[in-house]
Amino acid sequence: MTSTLPAWFTARQESAKARYESIPTPKRGDEQWRFANIKQLKFEGLSGVVKDTDTSEIIARSTGLQSPAAKFVFLNDEVISTASSLPENVICLPLAEALEKYSELVEAHFMKQETRLGSAKYAALHQASVKNGLFVHVPDGVEVEGSIEIHHWLSGETTVFPHTLIVTGKSSEVRVIEIFRSTDDTTPGLSIAYKDLYAGPNSGLDYIAIQELNEVSRMIAIKETSTDRDARSKSFILNTGASWARNESLSRLEAPGAHSDMLSVSIPDHEQEYDQRTFQHHVSPNTNSDLLYKNTLYGHSKTVFSGLISVDEKAHHTDAYQTCRNLFMSDDCEANSMPGLEINADQVACSHGSTSAQIADEEIFYLQARGIAPDQARQLIARGYSVEAVMRLKNEETEALILKFIDEKFARIATAGS
Amino acid sequence: MSLLIDNLHASLENGTEILKGVTLEIPAGEIHAIMGPNGSGKSTLSKVIAGHQAYIPTAGKILMDGADISEMSIDERSRAGIFLAFQYPNEVPGVSNANFIRAALQARLPKGEEIDAVAYYKHLYAQMDLLEMDRKFTGRAVNEGFSGGEKKRNEILQMIMLDPKYCILDETDSGLDIDALKIVAKGVNAMRSENRGMLLITHYQRLLDYIKPDRVHVMADGQIVKSGGPELALELEAKGYDFLKEPALA
Repeated sequence: MTSTLPAWFTARQESAKARYESIPTPKRGDEQWRFANIKQLKFEGLSGVVKDTDTSEIIARSTGLQSPAAKFVFLNDEVISTASSLPENVICLPLAEALEKYSELVEAHFMKQETRLGSAKYAALHQASVKNGLFVHVPDGVEVEGSIEIHHWLSGETTVFPHTLIVTGKSSEVRVIEIFRSTDDTTPGLSIAYKDLYAGPNSGLDYIAIQELNEVSRMIAIKETSTDRDARSKSFILNTGASWARNESLSRLEAPGAHSDMLSVSIPDHEQEYDQRTFQHHVSPNTNSDLLYKNTLYGHSKTVFSGLISVDEKAHHTDAYQTCRNLFMSDDCEANSMPGLEINADQVACSHGSTSAQIADEEIFYLQARGIAPDQARQLIARGYSVEAVMRLKNEETEALILKFIDEKFARIATAGS
Repeated sequence: MSLLIDNLHASLENGTEILKGVTLEIPAGEIHAIMGPNGSGKSTLSKVIAGHQAYIPTAGKILMDGADISEMSIDERSRAGIFLAFQYPNEVPGVSNANFIRAALQARLPKGEEIDAVAYYKHLYAQMDLLEMDRKFTGRAVNEGFSGGEKKRNEILQMIMLDPKYCILDETDSGLDIDALKIVAKGVNAMRSENRGMLLITHYQRLLDYIKPDRVHVMADGQIVKSGGPELALELEAKGYDFLKEPALA
């Protein structure tokens, strides 16, 4: 980063570095890493060698929505393309630039929440190392039409620290879509990403993350969402790539009327592992949250879901739901689910549940009786299974984009004959 | 041209024989009905014709227009022209009706050939109009949250869209109110053709007031025990199945 970084930021980077060094590496037996593959946390193997990459080719490959409201392309955390048709009063800038121009605004929101779901060490590493990302600030009353699209490309044996900070003002609306990909299929990389999401009073904040890194790369994605009075935050995570991905998603319902939707679709194959930790934190009364995670497992893949609904003492009249569903598409896959509730208030409606199942023969019979071959029938049912979560986004354009990635994954699975 | 079931025997995996030598021929152009008490093997017969793997055929043949389809898989039979309208159609969450039917039609095309989307929807809407189905129906997931009547109508819609040679309707009338029954019957009657044979499986004469069969068969204990014209259905309605308890003539 350049020398114009604000003092508060460099000071926090320094202390984060010390924190990273002092926090022990998670180990087997740590509750927050139960069922986790701790071996994946050995990050020393990466050579750091970054190949020369043709940026124009990467920009050309950065396809997403037909016409996003703004589009940013990052290659190893460097901005290589920007385009925006956003209203002038919307701030949407690479973080490095925002730190110069809007230092106070960034400082007010940047990594304010404590990382509680296990990756405090890696949040500290992120803070100590972060170079770039995107800062989005939507002023009061502004409804952004269309979506802001961010492409993150990982190239070479290296580690990136993409940061996303989104703040919505009173009664504003915005949707941000991030896509994480690798430039090639064979070079292992690491992405330690952090997302700070602040939905201001009565605002709407949709955040979508599509993770399609190559199958030798790893990712830790920490997401902290804060939802204010009468605001609606909605997040969606799609995992199709990476050899190992850990998603930690914490959602705080800060004031009455706040609503949080937490959605996820994961389709691991081969030896892929997805480790999902969630926390629905009801701080204030009259708030609600709804979580739906759907995993479709092929090959020897594995998922871990650990979710907690926590209702604080004064958070009466909370409605909170948590569902994790696993669909087994092979006999060799493994899903671990640990749903949990912690209720300290009255008049609360909470439910949590987790199911694991295979496609029943009768379901296949129905599709086969319509002429659809068994493999295709299974694929169609599995796709439908994911679609159920995608449809909750209630935005056709975004749903279509996510389904494109889902369909590509199913096509790869079909080709490989998993 | 006919669908010929010839001395068909089928058992469950545990060895229990359900079909004990069913012989039945449905010529193209005709509608046949099978009636019979619960547990007589009517639904099993329909599933065995469709190729359901829970039933093991132990003897006999199924010939479609002279070709033996007994060795074909379920989906091959469907593509060859067999259609089974389910008594209890499955739900397929997250798969829209339009996409489902399209996938079934696509499965009938040679590799690399794509369905023309515009023509497809035009055809689909026309058939939905015939069955008095709302357009919103195309976007809904297959049978999910459908009423009994909607599910049955959906079966008929699929049947019309797939244009099979031989249709087997397993208790399509069950759970239908009279209005829904009339609509379903309208769909089935629209399918009447000299190139197509149909087999209706039902408990009740009521359906046959709306779909006139050419032949009526009575099934009991895994066999066809009596066959006759449409008047046989009326006789059954009047006398019940008890009069069949006398031994069947071979």
